[in-house]
Amino acid sequence: MNDFEFHSPSSLEEAFELLDRYGDDARVMAGGTGVVLQMKQRLSQPGHVVGLRKVPGLNSIGLTGNGSAGGIEVGAMVTHRTLENDPTVVQILPMVAATYHHVATPRIRSMATVGGGLVHGDPNEDPPPTLIALGALVVLTSSSGRREMPVEELFVDYYETDVQPGEILTSVTIPQQPPGSGSAYLKFLPRTADDYATVSVAAIVTRGNGNTCSDVKIVLGAVGMTPVHATQAESLLRGQTLTPENIAACASAVKEVVDPLDDFRGSAEYKRDMAEVFTRRAIEQAIQQTLENRPAA
Amino acid sequence: MNQQIRLTVNGTEHRSEVPARRLLVDFLRYDLGLTGTKEGCSVGVCGACTVLIDGEMAASCITLAAAVDGAQITTIEGIAQDGKLHPVQQAFIDHGGFQCGICTPGQVMAAKALLDENPNPTEDEIKAWMMGNLCRCTGYYGILNSVAAAAGSTPGSNA
Ligand SMILES: Cc1cc2nc3c(=O)[nH]c(=O)nc-3n(C[C@H](O)[C@H](O)[C@H](O)COP(=O)(O)OP(=O)(O)OC[C@H]3O[C@@H](n4cnc5c(N)ncnc54)[C@H](O)[C@@H]3O)c2cc1C
Ligand code: FES
Ligand code: FES
Repeated sequence: MNDFEFHSPSSLEEAFELLDRYGDDARVMAGGTGVVLQMKQRLSQPGHVVGLRKVPGLNSIGLTGNGSAGGIEVGAMVTHRTLENDPTVVQILPMVAATYHHVATPRIRSMATVGGGLVHGDPNEDPPPTLIALGALVVLTSSSGRREMPVEELFVDYYETDVQPGEILTSVTIPQQPPGSGSAYLKFLPRTADDYATVSVAAIVTRGNGNTCSDVKIVLGAVGMTPVHATQAESLLRGQTLTPENIAACASAVKEVVDPLDDFRGSAEYKRDMAEVFTRRAIEQAIQQTLENRPAA
Repeated sequence: MNQQIRLTVNGTEHRSEVPARRLLVDFLRYDLGLTGTKEGCSVGVCGACTVLIDGEMAASCITLAAAVDGAQITTIEGIAQDGKLHPVQQAFIDHGGFQCGICTPGQVMAAKALLDENPNPTEDEIKAWMMGNLCRCTGYYGILNSVAAAAGSTPGSNA
């Protein structure tokens, strides 16, 4: 690892001052699980590392809004394990708890933070597909103000996000699933239980009258340079009857938009096929959940 | 660049000056001589370097000592009390929880973290928790049985 200076600001203002002073030569550190590895491998050689561990106010999980219009607001430094075990999250956003539970191992989840996981920008990560499907927003704060952005727009390229030098991701707002919807996050793990996904799919299906699909969200991970939101595939199911044929047509359409890499987790061709299979299964599970969640007549 | 840090390790406060790039595992092993914590993969995967930071399980191989300034660190050297092994340590001896021993400090620290939080885990909970600690020797059932025994439940039948 190269030599650098480590800073432990005790307020956001102090952190912004450091980031502004050192510009491109500064790197934010949260849990460190991504950034320390990159520094060990010399993929990143910052002169200044700004640790957020002592910055107050980034560690809470709170409710936003009311009833089904509400959701949760998660501070950037909340760890994966804290989020997945939070009773409110488990109750109102079980899909989020389940998705974070799929990340790596309990040890990594005790260290890795929600903010760090997003700014890491690795397209193989588990949380982004689920957060995009739910329409989550991030708040980016800097010395010159604050901007909100859908998680979907955060990812620019392989390990590249729209977070600018000087900005800190301070919180993530996650809306609840629409009423009448069901969801699933499937992570295909043919190698070991602690691996990154070979292919992953987040699906949310909202049921309209009868057996129709009033809305559907399908977002895939590990099949491109960024998470892939399969909007074209969604449009084949939205407004249609939830028949096996329509579901199959929708799942098949994801093959047109995924662009996986050939690697030790599988060939590009295999991953493309698995993207279809896991999309179909995710939609089926989400539909099953809409039936289970339906209030008794 | 050197940094001043203050870490409380197994109850003893240490004020040290370390290079910012000093990893916690190296600080423990080389600066404090606490060589019980092992390093295997160096990339967060194997669990050999597991320690507790403010009670939470962490991989010391991907943690900067400077980044956890002010924290309470617990290592394998710190869990026996008054000359008596921690119940998890004793269970690993009694139930064949180790062979070569290189992974054992990490296994024990992980198991301790589990039982601190969930004193009566089910077999599935033990498996899900311990999945991040690799062992090339035991075939894992010795470990599973040891953790179950330390939790006071009946070890499985595969010992
Ligand atoms: C062994 C191992 C296995 C893994 N397996 C999985 C897996 O199965 N699934 C999965 O999804 N992920 C996996 N990961 C990746 C892991 O989820 C990320 O490394 C982690 O989420 C990053 O969070 P962190 O808090 O440690 O971030 P850090 O490493 O501290 O930071 C990551 C990046 O974000 C920036 N950053 C951090 N916080 C902020 C902030 N608040 N504002 C602005 N920038 C910030 C940093 O500058 C850096 O670029 C694995 C990692 C390891 C080491
Ligand atoms: S040495 Fe740290 S996890 Fe393997
Ligand atoms: S006892 Fe040898 S690696 Fe686990």
